[in-house]
Amino acid sequence: MSSIKNVLSDIVGQDYVSNNPEEVYLYSRDPGLMPAHKPDYVVMPQSAQEIQEIVRVADREKISIVPMGAGLALTGLVIPQKGGIVVDMKRMNKILDVNERARYVLVEGGTSQGLLKAYLEKNYPRLRHSLPDAPPTATIAANVMIHGQGRLAQQYGFNSDMISGLEVVLPSGEICKIGSCSISPDWFSKGPPLPDLSGLFLGWFGATGIITRLALKLYPRKKLRDVEIFITDRENLVPDIVYEITHTEMAEDILVFTQPLPMMFKDNHHVSFYITGDTDEELEFKRKMIWDALHGFIKSKDGGFMSIPPAMRPTLLEMPQKSASRLADVKRGGGFEYSGPIIVVERYPECWRKLVELAVKYDLAYSGMVRIIGRGHCMMFGFAFTFNRADPDMMERVRNALKEVSEFALETGGVFWKPTVEEQKMAFKKMDTNTMQLMKTIKNTLDPNGIMNPGNWEVN
Amino acid sequence: MKYEEIVHRCFRCGYCKFTSDYSDFNCPSYRKFMFDTYSPGGRMWLIRAWLNDEIKNSERFQEILFSCATCANCVEHCVFSFSEDLVNIFIAAREEMVNKGVIPPPVRDYFKNISINGNPYKEPADERGRWADKTAINAYDGQEYLFYVGCVGSYDERAKKIAGAVGNLLIDAGVSIGILGENETCDGNEVRALGEIGLYEFLAKQNINLFKNLGIKKIITLDPHAFNVFKNNYPDLGGEFEIRHYTQILAPLINPEKISLKRYEAKITYHDPCYLGRHNGEYDAPRDILRSIPGVELLEMEQNRENAFCCGGGGGNFFTDILGGGEESPNRIRVREALDTGARIIAVACPQCAKMLDDAVKAEDLNDKLEVLDIAEIVTRGLL
Repeated sequence: MSSIKNVLSDIVGQDYVSNNPEEVYLYSRDPGLMPAHKPDYVVMPQSAQEIQEIVRVADREKISIVPMGAGLALTGLVIPQKGGIVVDMKRMNKILDVNERARYVLVEGGTSQGLLKAYLEKNYPRLRHSLPDAPPTATIAANVMIHGQGRLAQQYGFNSDMISGLEVVLPSGEICKIGSCSISPDWFSKGPPLPDLSGLFLGWFGATGIITRLALKLYPRKKLRDVEIFITDRENLVPDIVYEITHTEMAEDILVFTQPLPMMFKDNHHVSFYITGDTDEELEFKRKMIWDALHGFIKSKDGGFMSIPPAMRPTLLEMPQKSASRLADVKRGGGFEYSGPIIVVERYPECWRKLVELAVKYDLAYSGMVRIIGRGHCMMFGFAFTFNRADPDMMERVRNALKEVSEFALETGGVFWKPTVEEQKMAFKKMDTNTMQLMKTIKNTLDPNGIMNPGNWEVN
Repeated sequence: MKYEEIVHRCFRCGYCKFTSDYSDFNCPSYRKFMFDTYSPGGRMWLIRAWLNDEIKNSERFQEILFSCATCANCVEHCVFSFSEDLVNIFIAAREEMVNKGVIPPPVRDYFKNISINGNPYKEPADERGRWADKTAINAYDGQEYLFYVGCVGSYDERAKKIAGAVGNLLIDAGVSIGILGENETCDGNEVRALGEIGLYEFLAKQNINLFKNLGIKKIITLDPHAFNVFKNNYPDLGGEFEIRHYTQILAPLINPEKISLKRYEAKITYHDPCYLGRHNGEYDAPRDILRSIPGVELLEMEQNRENAFCCGGGGGNFFTDILGGGEESPNRIRVREALDTGARIIAVACPQCAKMLDDAVKAEDLNDKLEVLDIAEIVTRGLL
């Protein structure tokens, strides 16, 4: 083992390789509830060439290799299930190019969401990307690897839909370009008009390769941005409300949140929609369009607009929303975990009722966090429960509640988002057999030695 | 361990590593080492693991704990309600390690030197006031202010010049000051930050008694580290004094009646010392002084005020060098950032920052492009 450490040190420098107990401890777990598994080594490369060499060493020695961004998925996706080498990508954090007119950015595989946000705001104030509400340390590559969603999800879909090119180190150690960049110097498309190979890597959690560079589509940033909240206490109406708002095509982003505290929030469904504009007139036009679209619900006394307190508005407009992280300390215990199945919006009522039922059953504090993806094409319904890390019983109750969520989600027609290893197995059981076989063929063809993030998307 | 009831509450979201606009990582030890273990969240989780006996107190663990520069960037940017206590938690963990007698040798040596000599330089006490020999500054004898210089200003060659510049300006402006000279001893800020609370309390009580016996009511400090401990920690031990950093005294004195300045053409960027800025909220006095010098163009670094990047000298690292050198050492990153502003002078208001950045300018081979000067030295250049 020490000789492998020497080899890794030769590749990335000895300061950036560790098998010390401290790194082994920290990189064996994420902030969620999944069991820890120790890596043998943690390495921090600075280039695609270094990653190539690391992958070749891993392939030769048959050692597992797990690429890692900020490790914030909470579902254990970068916990090395079979030990091996964790490749912490955060030293590869350069923004390489922005094509302002073609509206895309090219970044290295460890670039954080926060860094890109700050860079664009400073240098390209008319451009933005679809920032998720994960903490700003979350990396862009890891986010698209899990099909994350951000502030522009309602308009443009999953963040992985916004990819316009990839550079990947394959399990063989070869570097492969995906999309227009495979032919052209321009990174404007991840596939079309070529066969779209990006699906060989997106959503695979690094089980088929390591993204070392990626291009991401950028979108217009308007000068003004505001938020409104439409409230109803009738869960059955939420899909209709979302349908009406999405029909206007006026919203930037649509979220629904539901939580038991403060008391005035209990059993209410807060449909938050964001609007943007370059002028007051544009903003007011969009606001009016949506207000008019929801007028019927007000007239029938099924809902109304919330008067947002001045102190609350900046919190709602913040990007990313720090309140999403603060949820972890509701129980003064530093933990929350959520299961966020992707599911059609019309299942909102069942999801919400299940959330409340589980919170009561397991005596847990909860929050429902919903993001609309596409023009109502689907939603991510986050069943979030907070826990106290110093209370093993509460942690076990959260685990049990989330297990029930997983079963419920599959029964209700949902598909797991960033599934745990157990959820992946559950998904395979329900998946079309030929689809599963195709995934197996792809995995075995690309990674015949099974070194890439083993345990994930592993068809046995 | 103190704060043990908080340690498990860190979610490890990582806001603490950043500036407020997320433009860069701003934790000096994380920037240097880049493993998550060296970030504030990593420390929190490792402290908990150590308390739960899941990891041992190793050399690596010591490096992780003692490389924290106590710069308080994490305090500034953590999103949780316990953010105010983050640095206190790291100090408490160090205290626990000190109490168990397992700490890095440079830290042990620092404590020994302070304990034996009253300073970390192993210099005799009667050398302490020598920096003032060729000045008009007298020993404290009932003047309005005690001018407390501290160990670095008293013994370090570079810092002694800064002490002289500050002292002379205050005297010239008619401020009534006196120094303790050989009777001055360590203020204890770094001793406390490194976790030797017993020694800190001994030093603090010794100083408090001395100040009280001499009838001292008001203190001007050269060093923001002393400013911090006098202002925030001595009151807990009965030491209530009116504490000012010298820039706070100097700023209103830059006027034709007190300190009149000629034109001094210079492009200057100001480096906020963590113990003056983030720890004590004083961002304006040093800038006010620089702006009041005719001809000075003040250029801000990307990371300034509450987002300033630490020079890496805080939390005892100035003496122990556990953060270490190299291209990614915080002081070298900081001077590169200063160079990017187009400034020719890095203004500082802390002798420890001055020395750290001086060293970095040399290491980066920027001697012909950047000069590190204390604000008092810049004002002195502008004197009529």
